[in-house]
Amino acid sequence: MTALYQSFYDALIPDGRYMSYIDGLKITITISFFAIILGSILGSIVAIMKVTAINYKIKFLEFLCNLYINVIRGTPLMVQLLIIYNLIFTSRNTNEILVGAVCFGINSGAYVAEIIRAGIESIDKGQMEAGRSLGLNYLQTMRLIVFPQALRNILPPLGNEFIVLIKETSVAGIIAVTDLTKAAQYIASRTWEPLPPLIIAALCYLIIVLGLTKVLNMFERRLAKGDRN
Amino acid sequence: MIETRNLNKSFGDNLVLNNINETIKKGEKIVIIGPSGSGKSTFLRCLNLLEKPSSGDVLFDGINITDKNANVDKLRQKMGMVFQQFNLFPHMTVEENIMLAPVKLGIMSKDMAKNKATELLIRIGLQEKAQAYPNQLSGGQKQRIAIIRALAMSPEVMLFDEPTSALDPEMVGEVLDLMAQLADEGMTMVVVTHEMNFAKKVGTRVLFIDEGIIVEQNSPEGIFENPKNQRLKDFLSKVL
Ligand SMILES: Nc1ncnc2c1ncn2[C@@H]1O[C@H](COP(=O)(O)OP(=O)(O)O)[C@@H](O)[C@H]1O
Ligand SMILES: [Mg+2]
Repeated sequence: MTALYQSFYDALIPDGRYMSYIDGLKITITISFFAIILGSILGSIVAIMKVTAINYKIKFLEFLCNLYINVIRGTPLMVQLLIIYNLIFTSRNTNEILVGAVCFGINSGAYVAEIIRAGIESIDKGQMEAGRSLGLNYLQTMRLIVFPQALRNILPPLGNEFIVLIKETSVAGIIAVTDLTKAAQYIASRTWEPLPPLIIAALCYLIIVLGLTKVLNMFERRLAKGDRN
Repeated sequence: MIETRNLNKSFGDNLVLNNINETIKKGEKIVIIGPSGSGKSTFLRCLNLLEKPSSGDVLFDGINITDKNANVDKLRQKMGMVFQQFNLFPHMTVEENIMLAPVKLGIMSKDMAKNKATELLIRIGLQEKAQAYPNQLSGGQKQRIAIIRALAMSPEVMLFDEPTSALDPEMVGEVLDLMAQLADEGMTMVVVTHEMNFAKKVGTRVLFIDEGIIVEQNSPEGIFENPKNQRLKDFLSKVL
């Protein structure tokens, strides 16, 4: 028991090691935060482009959207990360955190796009027609009528995607970012005891994910309130 | 008021409307009848361009709305449409449903639109439902609200696509009564329906569509008492 206590103590306290976790955590959260924002924006734009392309039979635009979605979803995240890193790393002064955020954002955008598209397509066609028949234009109808209803179907899988994203940032270490996972590995290499720092890191991820889940559930409940259909 | 010239519509190689030339004048109450799948809805939906004609023209108040430069959104404001499935906006209250288009299109201020909504709701005796959501209403109430939602835009013509087909029988009457009222007030109407009594009482002209062609048209008396086309006779013997 004291041995266990000792090993966790060693993983946390000497040389202010807890600061390494906190710094790593900051980087994990920074990358995740900006990746979620970028992924949401990118995903929304691609989803709207794809739905519009399908509705108006703009084959070329649909092809472009599908190309992005299929390439991203059809290749491993880690390979994408390495490709982008090497593309950009040829120039000097690379900000690895930025590269990470951009890469994870681009990756997430493809998944978000499909989630939003599916949400929009789950809404009855009659809603679009009713809006248009009143004289609202396509985008007004999308924004005021279709999208608010789609949001209820979008939010649960979107929250799920954010959670996956946060956990996946743990591979960011391969582009020389000292995120939470990497920080834990560094400490493990000092203490010669890999398990305690990894368990500490795992607990940190768990806390973030559970916290986010709570926030998302709150949102869903609020959306479900004035509920209908 | 509405005119179609050589109107054709195909879905793939399925020719659904076959060269329809028809003129609907102000104040007319056109009733469209015909077998299921004959192209009635498609015809109606071509009039406000919810379906894009494959060829031919649709003119509204003399303006060719199939023209690339025509402002279809603007023209649709003058053509109300009522659907079989009501298509109320489920995430909005009844009042918000009615106010949405007039406010968002800059036709009325919020206050004006609210007054208009109240006035319309009083007219159909549903003022106490202003803050209700559509799922709290009966089918007949939903459809009557869909009708006044379209009326809030002060349309010049109202298009109805089987407005009572999705209703329980006991609710058909209240919707048809409202439509008959509108007709009395002089609204130009185009109604696809299987309610033959409505066609007889309210219609000024009946079109019988079969396989994408208006094969016979006449006054209601002419259609129901003296049908000439064999397929119209067969159709009437089945529905009457
Ligand atoms: N969006 C569509 N895509 C393909 N075929 C359609 C579409 N809408 C209607 N059709 C076809 O066009 C024909 C006429 O349909 P419709 O106008 O709805 O008939 P009605 O209203 O008289 O029952 C039917 O054969 C139907 O299957
Ligand atoms: Mg139909």
